[in-house]
Order: sequence, then structure tokens, then C-alpha cells
Amino acid sequence: MKNEYTLTIYTENQVGLLNRIAIMFSRRKINIDSLNTSPSEIDSIHRFNIVITETEETVRKIVRQIEKQVDVLKAYYNTNDKIIWQELALYKVPTAIVAEKIKVERLLRSYGARVVAITKDYTIFETTGQRAETDKLIEVLAPYGLIEFVRSARIAIIKDSKGFHEKLREFEDAEPVTPLTDDFISEEESNSTIV
Amino acid sequence: MQTETTTDKAVTTEIVTEISGSEAVLKALIAENVDTIFGYPGGAIMPIYDALYDFNDQLEHILVRHEQGGIHAGQGYARTSGKTGVVFATSGPGATNLVTGLADAMIDSTPLVCITGQVFAHLLGTDAFQETDVINITTPVTKWNYQITDANEIPAILAKAFYIAGSGRPGPVLIDITKNAQVQKFEYSGYTKCNHIRSYRPKPIIRKEYIRAAAEMINKSERPLVIFGQGVILGKAEQEFKQFIEKAGLPAAWTILGLSALPTDHPLNVGMLGMHGNYGPNVLTNECDVLIAVGMRFDDRVTGRLDRYAKQAKVIHLDIDPSEIDKNVKADVPVWGDCKESLPLITALLEKRNHQDWVSKFSTCMEKEVEAVIQNELHPTDEVMTMGEVIYQLNQLTNGDAVIVTDVGQHQMVACRYAKFNSSKSNVTSGGLGTMGFALPAAIGAKYGAPERQVVAVIGDGGVQMTIQELGTIMQNNIDVRILILNNRFLGMVRQWQQLFNEKRYSFVDIESPDFVAVANGYRIAGNSISKREDLKDALATMLNHKGAYLLEVFVGKENNVFPMVPQGCGVSEIRLK
Repeated sequence: MKNEYTLTIYTENQVGLLNRIAIMFSRRKINIDSLNTSPSEIDSIHRFNIVITETEETVRKIVRQIEKQVDVLKAYYNTNDKIIWQELALYKVPTAIVAEKIKVERLLRSYGARVVAITKDYTIFETTGQRAETDKLIEVLAPYGLIEFVRSARIAIIKDSKGFHEKLREFEDAEPVTPLTDDFISEEESNSTIV
Repeated sequence: MQTETTTDKAVTTEIVTEISGSEAVLKALIAENVDTIFGYPGGAIMPIYDALYDFNDQLEHILVRHEQGGIHAGQGYARTSGKTGVVFATSGPGATNLVTGLADAMIDSTPLVCITGQVFAHLLGTDAFQETDVINITTPVTKWNYQITDANEIPAILAKAFYIAGSGRPGPVLIDITKNAQVQKFEYSGYTKCNHIRSYRPKPIIRKEYIRAAAEMINKSERPLVIFGQGVILGKAEQEFKQFIEKAGLPAAWTILGLSALPTDHPLNVGMLGMHGNYGPNVLTNECDVLIAVGMRFDDRVTGRLDRYAKQAKVIHLDIDPSEIDKNVKADVPVWGDCKESLPLITALLEKRNHQDWVSKFSTCMEKEVEAVIQNELHPTDEVMTMGEVIYQLNQLTNGDAVIVTDVGQHQMVACRYAKFNSSKSNVTSGGLGTMGFALPAAIGAKYGAPERQVVAVIGDGGVQMTIQELGTIMQNNIDVRILILNNRFLGMVRQWQQLFNEKRYSFVDIESPDFVAVANGYRIAGNSISKREDLKDALATMLNHKGAYLLEVFVGKENNVFPMVPQGCGVSEIRLK
């Protein structure tokens, strides 16, 4: 059964690595729903979040292939219940309508939207949240003349993750002490959590 | 593999001097014990070639006739020497001509370091003359690649390149160096070999519980079958492997790249797996109770239809690459790690067994196969010669001591099925990618990788025409290789499929060839062509005894087929004997 999975990939900050990771998906004709690269909790280490909708088996195989790449330190995959995730959305609405129709402003506030810029022509609101929420807001704003809309990629934090500091120390040792394939070891061990 | 045990840090410590990036490249090669480079110069790599002029006494450069020939030669060299092959090419077309070889080396885990020239850094992205985005073109077919635009990076990046290419599951690495970095002078403070990259784990740690689980499963097994691949050769674990199968009396069958890791006449060697493999190992895969895969990746040519593959068996999978475990066949016991280390750990826990009844089943199958296929292939009574009898006669003369390099197609399957091998690293072929045109240049490299050995390239009439220009390389460098063309005047394997599956609609498989002997003579290479059985033995002996390169063309039956055969989409038990 296909499911939405969020991949969290710790990598070196290397030119060309984005392509090396992206072609893992395109080679298998898998569409990337969302992709974000950002710094991580560790200076010099990069963090990718990639969202795909696939079966767990496919996801597991692709994560292993990604982790095999020389400049990738570690890759994890999680279902939505194991992560906290957010997306940022920006909405551009005519200022006239916002000022005129009190209903619109109330509506925006009820969705937790925050004004980030106002000119005499347009107002830009920002929300952070999950896809369903941002989508809903587009729907309700549409009748009032939504000029522009953009949503960012998903960023996610794994609930049970202890971060990467300890793992990195292990990676920096020339002789590793524990098997790094631990995360894959047995059926009972849930692959969807970081260990 | 040669770098991974190296612990000595500084290989060359020199006082800080100013040298060019090009010199730094060559110093790196020398520090990595490179002795041979296969390459072709061009504009963007000229500074490196200029520096090479002064390193002629330390590095032998073989000028090939096409970059594809260069990289296949590098592969042949790596396969017979166990070292990393080194290839030079220029930017643009020089670099793109490497792509087939990179893909071949990638899928067959061959360690290579390819160095390509690139246009000046300030011209990148301007569609400059002979500029191509070689990094992005080669990303899917390299284990790692990197573009150097500053000479200061050269020593460390080349150290990384050699470490990555040769360690863990080996593979090709491509380093693209812009021309400005090649000419740039920089302060050079010596070359330090690389033996650790924090983001790269070449060897997963062996887990003791799986070693125990594997040993227990094998000890309990009544019908164990070992299937082994190139991992045994790449891990230099031939002895460990032999002790493993001998202690527990485990019959062992090989993939095409595992061939020669175990001597052909070893009593536990039960033959070849897969589409044109032996009858016994294929049908008994579906009768064994424990299937022990060692350093192999369950390619579809080995497994046939997966949902009919060894469903009754428990699977133990030993591999250095964790991404291979469960990729195609689910493992009950995954033994991650280098088989040179994991095999002895398992062997220590094994009970001495001989599984005589089970092993004799393979002999029974072999008798059936001999009767249906092999007898007629090796000792035909028809007038026309078979590929099998040529290989059989070759065995008689080489006694299994030659390196056999094969191309792709019917002759490859026949050669791998029937060639005799006494020692490891003797079989060089393009397995995963199936690259026609591989054999002639790979044989050149194979000879440089194992200069003391007799090298025989067995090639079809189709494949040889794909890289025939490398006869020029053989001529110029007096390379002592024997070229045996098995000419059936067809693209035989495709024709066989068209006969069996497309109602004999022979669509563009009828290939005309030049007078190969005349072509060889044109390159000042001796040769002969025969079509009669009574000439075969003498012609082969002449080929082998000739001083220097020699080409022998043997005309074989036009429409002979390779059997047994597991048709595509069938399970391994559905193997056909005719």
C-alpha cells in the first residue's frame, strides 16, 4: 500500500549532491512531492527533507541506495505520525478587499494567518501549517480574489530523534564501534523511527 | 581494495614546493602505485599530458584508439590485477566516450579512477569548445565524481578518489579537472593517502548474531546450495570461500562474474547459474532448503522470475553492500560485511558434513545435461563446428591457465559455460551491462594487469566490430593478446531469441564482416581463418604459440543455439534443454 513518507537525509554540503539524490527518484520514475534542503543542527552538515508517496518496500530500498552515496551520512524515512511537520504558505490578497470586508480578516485570523506586508494594492499573509490547512485557506480566499499563492516544501522533525551529534561522532571515528546498519536490522524494529 | 588496509599516513612527505596541478595529478598516481594509464589526449587535458612527458619512466601510458577502448582496457586491467584501473580522457567527446565503460564498471563493481580534462573554470557553462557537463552526465554511472577547479584540491581529491574506487564495493570514480587547475602552480606539501571519509562506510560491521544464525541454519540444512558472485574475487576471499564450502560439503554454483573464484574442476563446483547456466544449479535452486548467496546481487539473469525463485528455501545473503540485501530476494539471514571476514567466522561454527546424496543430485542433473546438450556441443558429429568445441579444444591447450576475456552474446555464454579455470581473476567479461565491444580493449588491459599470463579474447563477429580500432593499440604497443573470433555470421544471441520467440523473423541480425585476417594484417597482426574441424587444433596451437598478438577466426554453425536456457519471464525450474 502506498503511503506518504518523509525522508530525512543528513549529508555533506557538496555541489552536485542534490542531483545525485534527485536522480535516485527519477530513475525509478518516482515523483518527489516536496523537497527541502537546509542546514542541520550541526554546522557543515546539510539536511534534506523529501516527501514521496510510495510503498514502504520501495521507500526502504531507495533510502538504502541514498545512504550508499559517498557524501550521504545517514538517511531515515518516517510516516506522518512519527514526525512533526510544517509548510509555509504565502497568500497575496487585494488590500481593498481585506479592508472592506471584515469577514475576510476574521477568516484569515481564524486560520492563524499573519500579515507580512501591506501596500495599498495588496496584502501578503503568511501561514504555517500542514497541507490540508493551507489548501483550505486557498479555497475560502478564492471568492475574494486571491492574487498569488505559494507554498514551501515540507520541513519535518522526527519525534523520537536524538539529533545527529552522537551519530556524527561515531561517523568521524575511523573505526566504527557499532554497526551503522542497525536501523535496518529486524522486522520488529520499526523502520519508521530513528534509533 | 588495495587502499583499505593502508594505515601509514604520509606516503610522500616533501618539503613544500611549487608544482603545477598536472604534476600533482601524476605524483598522486605514483603514490597510489599506479603503473599503467590508458588514455587519449586532447585540448583540455594537454597540461596533464605535458607533465606526463617527464614522468614517462615511472608511468606507462597506453595510447588507445578511442576513449571507450581506454576505459574497457582500464577495466580489464583492474579485473586481472585486483588494482584500480586509471584512464585519461579529454573534455567533451573524450569524456562522453567514457560513459559506456563507466556504466559497465559501475554495474560490475570494477575499481577505476578516470581523469578527464575540462575547459577553463571561467568558461564553465558557456558552451565553450569541447565543453560538456561531464559531472552531471556521469553521476548515475559513477560511485563518486568531482570537479576540481583549483589545483590546491588535487592531492586530497585524488586520494579520496582512489580510496572510494577501491574500497568496500568497488566502482568507478571520475575526476574532472579544469584546465586552469592543471596549469595552476600551488604549494605542494606531499600526498597523503585517504583511509577514512566520515560520510562513507565501505564495510558494514559484521553482526555476530547473524553469523551464528547463518551457521546454525547451514548446520541444520539437508540440501544447502551456495551461489557465489564476484564478491568472492573482489574481497580476495577465494581461500576463505573454499574452506567454507569444503568444511560443510556445500555445493557451490557461480554467477558469470563469480566464475574462476573457485577452480572449475573443484568437486563442489556444480556450475553456472542463470539463463544459460547449468541445468542442475537452476532446477535445484528450487529444491534446496537453504540458499547461501555470497557476494552476488540476484540479477534477473540469475533468478529468472522472482516469484518462482527459491520460494521453498531459507536465504542467507552475505554482501558488503547493505543496499543489496532484500533488493531482489528477501534474506532470512542478512550477513552484512566483507566476506573475507564473515566467511571464516561462519566456517568456524560449521559442522563437518558432506551432503553426499544432495551433491550427487547435481551430478545426475549434469548427466542429463551432457546427454541433451553438452556432448553434442563439445563433440559434435555434424560437419559444422560449434562454439563449444572450440572452447573445449582451447581448454586442452591452455589447460585452464589462460585469462579468458569475453565479449557479449552467444560466444560469451558458451565460453563461460565451458572454459576451464584453475585460478581466480581469470575470467573477464561484461556481465551486468552486457557491453558488446568490451572484449578486445578489455583484453589489452587484462594483459597489462597480468603480464605473465596468457590472455585470450573470445569475441563474436558482431562485438569485435564495435571496438576493432583497438587493433591499432595492440599493434603500436606490441601487446601479446590472442584474439579468437567465433564467427557465425549473425548477431547470434538476438537471432536465437528471434528464432525461439519471434517465429524466426530475423530482423537485422544478419551481419556482414570484413576479412578479419586482412584487417589484422593491415595492423601488422598475424592471423588465420579456418572453417574445418580438422584444422581447429593446429590453428589454436599456432595462435597460442605465436610470438606476439594473433587473430584467429573460426567459422562456426550459423544457427546454433545456446542451451540450456531459462526463457525470460520463466522460473529457473522451467529451464529448457532444447
